[in-house]
Amino acid sequence: MIQPITETIEIGGSEQPLYGPRSYQVLSGNDLGSQLLEISMGPHHPSTHGVFRMDVVLDGEEVVKLKPVFGYLHRNHEKIAENASYLASMPYTDRLDYFCSMTNNWAYAHAVEKLAGIKVPERAEYMRVILAELTRLVNHTALVGFLVNDLGALGTPLIYAFRERENILDVFEALSGARMMCNYMRFGGVRVDFTPDILKRITHIVDRYPSFLAEFEKLLVGNDIIMSRCQGVGVLTKELAIASSVTGPMLRASGVDYDIRKVDKYGIYDRFDFRVPLGDHGDVYDRLMIRFLEMHESLKILRQALKQFPQGGEHINPEVKLRNFRPKAGEAYGRIESPKGELGFYLISTGGNLPYRYRVRPPSLINLTILEDMCLGEKVADVIIILGSVDIVLGEVDR
Amino acid sequence: MGPYATSYVLIGALMLFGAMVGVAPLVISAWLRPRKPSPLKNQTFECGLESKGDSWVQFKVQYYIYALVFVIFDLETIFLLPWAATFHQLGLFAFLEMIVFLVVLVGGLVWAWRKGVLEWK
Amino acid sequence: MNDLIHLIAITPWAIALVKIGVVLVIMLGLVAYTVLAERRIAALIQDRRGPNRVGPFGLLQPVADGVKFLFKENVMPAHVNKIYYVLAPTITLIPALLTFAVIPFGSTLGGVPMVIADLNVGVLWIFSIASLGVYGIVLAGWSSNSKYPFLGGIRSSAQMISYELSMGMSVIGVFMLVGSLNMTRVVGYQHDCWLVFKQPVGFLIFLVAAFAETNRLPFDLPESEQELVGGYHTEYGSMKFALFFLAEYANMITASALMVTLFFGGWQFPFIGFAPNHPMWNGVLHIGIFFAKLLCLMLVFIWVRWMFPRFRYDQLMNLGWKVFFPLGLANILLTALILTMQAPR
Repeated sequence: MIQPITETIEIGGSEQPLYGPRSYQVLSGNDLGSQLLEISMGPHHPSTHGVFRMDVVLDGEEVVKLKPVFGYLHRNHEKIAENASYLASMPYTDRLDYFCSMTNNWAYAHAVEKLAGIKVPERAEYMRVILAELTRLVNHTALVGFLVNDLGALGTPLIYAFRERENILDVFEALSGARMMCNYMRFGGVRVDFTPDILKRITHIVDRYPSFLAEFEKLLVGNDIIMSRCQGVGVLTKELAIASSVTGPMLRASGVDYDIRKVDKYGIYDRFDFRVPLGDHGDVYDRLMIRFLEMHESLKILRQALKQFPQGGEHINPEVKLRNFRPKAGEAYGRIESPKGELGFYLISTGGNLPYRYRVRPPSLINLTILEDMCLGEKVADVIIILGSVDIVLGEVDR
Repeated sequence: MGPYATSYVLIGALMLFGAMVGVAPLVISAWLRPRKPSPLKNQTFECGLESKGDSWVQFKVQYYIYALVFVIFDLETIFLLPWAATFHQLGLFAFLEMIVFLVVLVGGLVWAWRKGVLEWK
Repeated sequence: MNDLIHLIAITPWAIALVKIGVVLVIMLGLVAYTVLAERRIAALIQDRRGPNRVGPFGLLQPVADGVKFLFKENVMPAHVNKIYYVLAPTITLIPALLTFAVIPFGSTLGGVPMVIADLNVGVLWIFSIASLGVYGIVLAGWSSNSKYPFLGGIRSSAQMISYELSMGMSVIGVFMLVGSLNMTRVVGYQHDCWLVFKQPVGFLIFLVAAFAETNRLPFDLPESEQELVGGYHTEYGSMKFALFFLAEYANMITASALMVTLFFGGWQFPFIGFAPNHPMWNGVLHIGIFFAKLLCLMLVFIWVRWMFPRFRYDQLMNLGWKVFFPLGLANILLTALILTMQAPR
């Protein structure tokens, strides 16, 4: 017989079950008979990062209840993918987390390669690592910009972030023809080979990125207003983070050492020397800092990868028949560390050319489920930055 | 008419002109603009959803407590201004007198502070 | 030219009205071009171009914006309190213009003092009128009968009065030194040394309070876009929104003009007695100096807006009541103490 889990945790002043749904009592603010204000933030709101809604109940400035509502951008991704050939789903994965199409591609390719038992040539592995880490830079740079924008800095840091992001997107464009919807990875490799020019451009970006990061950090990290706004706000405890299966930078900001690049060592990540930055407090400021530190680690990986980059070799496994792709019957779950957390694809094949089941584990959605627990008792302005620090992309949340 | 009264007449004139600046654009635009109201357009904005409940609620008292404290201390400022203007002529006695006044008010501030009125909860 | 001046001189009322008209026109022109300047400077800060299509360097942009606002449909939401809803933008704009009445924006031009009304209680006039600006915003928030404006309005009611207090406290030191509440006298006092050097703490408090009073970043909580969408003017559109917009910039100009007058020597040229012989040119020069200083301070307003994130509401109130207010009191006591010590027995 299975023992029911009865562990509890204190959130917002009340004991709540650590696992499973939590129910909060909405307490009226005081005995003076003041009323609560029920506001829906979103879907049409400047800072919900897309069509996302939070039903918020306010007592003055304080949030006493918050219900995230999503699904406005549901596109039936999983069902469409079950009616499309394996390869045809690749461009759809671009549209999941439209900031990091490269890692989405990789996660899907990784799952299919696991399913069909495909080997990836070494050169292709290096290319994938380089592109994934560049994507991490793109995502984290933009996220820091957005987060500071949510703090009320009217766009200036965001535009600085976007200026650097553009350089990387230019490389993506030169490689794949698209800046954001790259559709670049294939089962057993990547679509086109790197030219020497591309490598030179990537090296140039990697060389000048630290100076940008240094400037960015100098402007943001020590800013008094940012510190007073972010520190101690939206704290996510270690236990709660683990119990809610939060992954990615958010989990590491709460101090849990869990990075799939280290845990699974997928691809060739075991060849690189990099560290996993961890936070102490699990507040918004930690989540901001984690992004900066991870960018430094990504640059470290990039430098090593560029140095070790093999001269010759295939960019794709020539034995893979992409046209009439029929993996043998079975199931596979392939996951990678996307910039937002654990991005996994679960596939069941019956031997035909269509997957029998196709399921995405979107890190944004699962990280978002913890939103109410972080926001209760905080001020209404904090809700926005907590949401910003979770780093969601609605394309991935709603699929 | 003395210069004192003249100033106020001029201020009255400025007020009139200022009001014109405030009202004229509204009037001009009322002539020029199109008018096509529709029930959808006239809905209350609440992020694309229909508004639930009343927005004229008895909201948290904290905001108004600041207003109450303000009234007291703003009066203090008003009393301080003439004192400041004539400070040179009044000498030591006025200084001490004002110190007493200020101490009483600082006492009020300290009381409010200790009471937690200034603390946003 | 001289004949014309003599002609006007015999009709003082005509002069006064011309002055009022000119001041209002300059104010509105300044407002329009501050908006453009803000956009261009923001673009400069953010590595962009900014509006540069309408006319040379985008100089006709304000005209285009104005025309557009005039032709915009006026959407009146169904649930608003109609009277106050229409009245609120006007109520916000007018005090911003009125405050300028007592500010000397030049010495004399052809014997005419460059101030609309030289009240002997100038500063009281400024504070009493500036307080009225709160009503417009609170009314806008309340009459919209919508939740975001409501929050914005109620926030502004508490925020603006709190900082008004600090503002009032900060200038008392100035008037203790000057010994008069008249703005012209304040300017005259600063002939040798600007008051910003004698009252640095007062100026600091005044500057911060001015940001809070004009609802500019980092204190723009009543309209904080990120959480309250648009704050008190969420439900406003077309010309009525434009009036709020004008009021914000007019308030900025007034606050800058006040700072110039109170702390930066008004229309006087810094430090050196520089005066052309012709009294006419001298007057023009003084006006020029005043507006040059004004523009410098406006630049600070604009610059800060694109540089800083926003405070949270509770932090803002704590800052106002627990830092700036006691600091203002301490400043008064210190000034009084020093003045009493220095006074001849």
